[in-house]
Amino acid sequence: MFSFEHIVDLPLIWYALIIVAVLLYILLDGFDLGVGILFPFAPSDASRDRMMNSIAPFWDGNETWLVLGGGGLFAAFPLAYAILMPALYIPVILMLLGLIFRGVAFEFRFKASDRTRTVWDYAFHYGSLTAAFMQGVIIGAVVQGVLVEGRRFVGGAFDWLNAYSVMTGVALVFGYALLGSTWLVMKTDDVTQAWARKCAAYALGYVGLFLAIVSISMPAMNPDIRELWWSIPNIFYLLPIPTASLLLILLTWNDLHRAREVRPFICSIGLFFTAYLGLGISMWPYAVPFEVTFRQAAAAPASQSLLLVGTVILLPLVLGYTAYCYYLFRGKASHESAY
Amino acid sequence: MPGIDALTLARIQFAFTVSFHILFPAFTIGLASWLAVLEWRWLKTGDRVYAEVYRMWVKIFAVTFGMGVVSGVVLSFQFGTNWSGFADQGGNVLGPLLGYEVLTAFFLEASFLGVMLFGWNRVSPKMHFASTVIVAAGTLISAFWILSANSWMQTPQGFRVGADGLLYPTDWLAVIFNPSFPYRFVHMITSAYLTTAFVVAGIGAYYLWRRRHVQHARVMFGMAMIMAVFVAPVQLVLGDLHGLNTLEHQPAKVAAMEGLWNTQKGAPLVLFGWPDQQEEATRYSLEIPKLSSLILTHELDGEVKGLKEWPKEERPPVAWVFWSFRIMVGIGMLMIATGLLALVLHLRKRLFDTTWFQYWCMALTPAGFVAVLAGWFVTEIGRQPYVVYGLLKTADAASPVSASPIAISLLAFVVVYGFVFGAGSYYILKLIAKGPGSLEPTYGDHGIASPPIVTKIGERGPQHV
Repeated sequence: MFSFEHIVDLPLIWYALIIVAVLLYILLDGFDLGVGILFPFAPSDASRDRMMNSIAPFWDGNETWLVLGGGGLFAAFPLAYAILMPALYIPVILMLLGLIFRGVAFEFRFKASDRTRTVWDYAFHYGSLTAAFMQGVIIGAVVQGVLVEGRRFVGGAFDWLNAYSVMTGVALVFGYALLGSTWLVMKTDDVTQAWARKCAAYALGYVGLFLAIVSISMPAMNPDIRELWWSIPNIFYLLPIPTASLLLILLTWNDLHRAREVRPFICSIGLFFTAYLGLGISMWPYAVPFEVTFRQAAAAPASQSLLLVGTVILLPLVLGYTAYCYYLFRGKASHESAY
Repeated sequence: MPGIDALTLARIQFAFTVSFHILFPAFTIGLASWLAVLEWRWLKTGDRVYAEVYRMWVKIFAVTFGMGVVSGVVLSFQFGTNWSGFADQGGNVLGPLLGYEVLTAFFLEASFLGVMLFGWNRVSPKMHFASTVIVAAGTLISAFWILSANSWMQTPQGFRVGADGLLYPTDWLAVIFNPSFPYRFVHMITSAYLTTAFVVAGIGAYYLWRRRHVQHARVMFGMAMIMAVFVAPVQLVLGDLHGLNTLEHQPAKVAAMEGLWNTQKGAPLVLFGWPDQQEEATRYSLEIPKLSSLILTHELDGEVKGLKEWPKEERPPVAWVFWSFRIMVGIGMLMIATGLLALVLHLRKRLFDTTWFQYWCMALTPAGFVAVLAGWFVTEIGRQPYVVYGLLKTADAASPVSASPIAISLLAFVVVYGFVFGAGSYYILKLIAKGPGSLEPTYGDHGIASPPIVTKIGERGPQHV
């Protein structure tokens, strides 16, 4: 029975891997959920076809990162998975139902008659909206902490629901709308692109506002987080993160009002990255805030070792052919049905 | 919901979502492999009929695959939302297997499905073919891991129980290649192939009957009948081996399948009957003497264990297992009969124009799905009251979630699945009604050589002239 526990810090590696997988999910599915959020506001049906085509080859792969996040959590930190899923029962189920509606809309929309296409346009929109909102709610609920006794969740069915988690839900909807609209700026031109630019500028304003609210409220709510961010010398080490966020917001804003096509999307990704980093630092070292650390939740070293072997070999491969697909379908999306 | 406890609701919900889900992989595993064969035939022969059949079925594949993806994502979270006790206790062993499924299969399928569907004008024909093969391989790899995980829950080995009550792996190869895995894996893959074959046969028969798309229909129907002739009988053998393996490791399940209550030598085969869990007897039974012993022990007077060997609370719900088993085997027999009929008709050169056989095949279109569901009912209900056989009871695996959220979400799943997958089925029917399109450029555009009235000598014409 092989195990690397004496060679490397397995729980730490897996904590990092899960964090990266979730980040990749948020970035990748974020832009295609964002396209769904913006869908009904598009200037024309031809625009909508185009928006759909710009993400159709990718959405399935993007969503697989969610399965990797969930499956990876189950494999590497089964205790965290076993506590968080019952705690988040309702938002998780609602998110899944949302993902069902938007997932099938890709195929159904192109097969539907003109009359029934509207049904799938709305299924796509409301499915994306629900999934995005619930993911934001989940983040908001988790950062406030979960009630645990022994190895079980002991809170109520609606512990996750409060004004704060609703706020983070709305925040993530705008965040994804920003990713989606800057993606469209990159992948379309003409009328659709001009419209996407406007959407992006609008979403960016709200993202900035919500980032400010979260940045102030998190330390205000939790003394440990306050201590972490506002003590000396931590504040000097951590100050670059909010500073970078601010610069990225300004840069994106600037780019959106010029002819830049690619950089707004890159900057939005950067903005998500800095926000995620800030959140991650605040949650360290918990797998279930503020009850179970990632070391307590870790699976047996043999289990983490086995999957690590596969991950080291396969993850670069996965990233490689994912990149190949993005390269293959590069350039502006067309509004015509592709197959 | 009054009267029904959270555990029962969680079980109904999981049974509902997992049963719905298995329908899609059961179809796409076979379809992906078949599409690969079609594309290979097309590249090899240059016969555009293969390409046109491919283009029609790849659309159906896309719709089905999409539904399989979204219903599968649900499952990956339900292990936690509904069965957190199971996730906590078994996570060390099962987690890595599911992790490997995502890493080796899901990404592969998802990425290359994009190339398969949207890459026609962006990649070379060879690269496109490679994508189809990769997707087909992905479906098989995915089945490998998930069936390994499921089989481990049936026949667990390669672990120890820790002082904290959690399960710890001790031998990965023993975990992955647990005793029932090889049998369950080949049995499931074969049933997926047969499911697809009978769907394709049914649609092909429909076109032949309506005398539409006859060239394409011959390809569909002919290839499907090859499967029925050769694979359906193989499945009988595989199923028998799987059953013997179950007898060795889960004898209570086999006793429920057979509807046998008393341990006896020379046990009869109960063809039909009504197993009564309270009375501990199978009522109104129609029996063939000694056949059960012959099948299970290969001896006329071999001893077969009856359900009374186990205490009442250790027995699975017998009637479910008993009847599901009969439905599965019955459909298997119909499939074998189809193969034999096809063989006879083929030898008489009447395979493609026998109307009653076309009705027969149309009627059997959904047969594979029913058999797959029935088979899974046998193995999953037959494992009760355990979720990990002999180790963890289903009742102890449940999440600390109260009944009402489970009841409401169950209702939501029923409504949403009914609507979404109903619509999906409708669109698939529409694609079938539309049939394969022609890839042949019509006369007049792009300077095509021959006007449509001219046919080449030796070209296969329509069947009914």
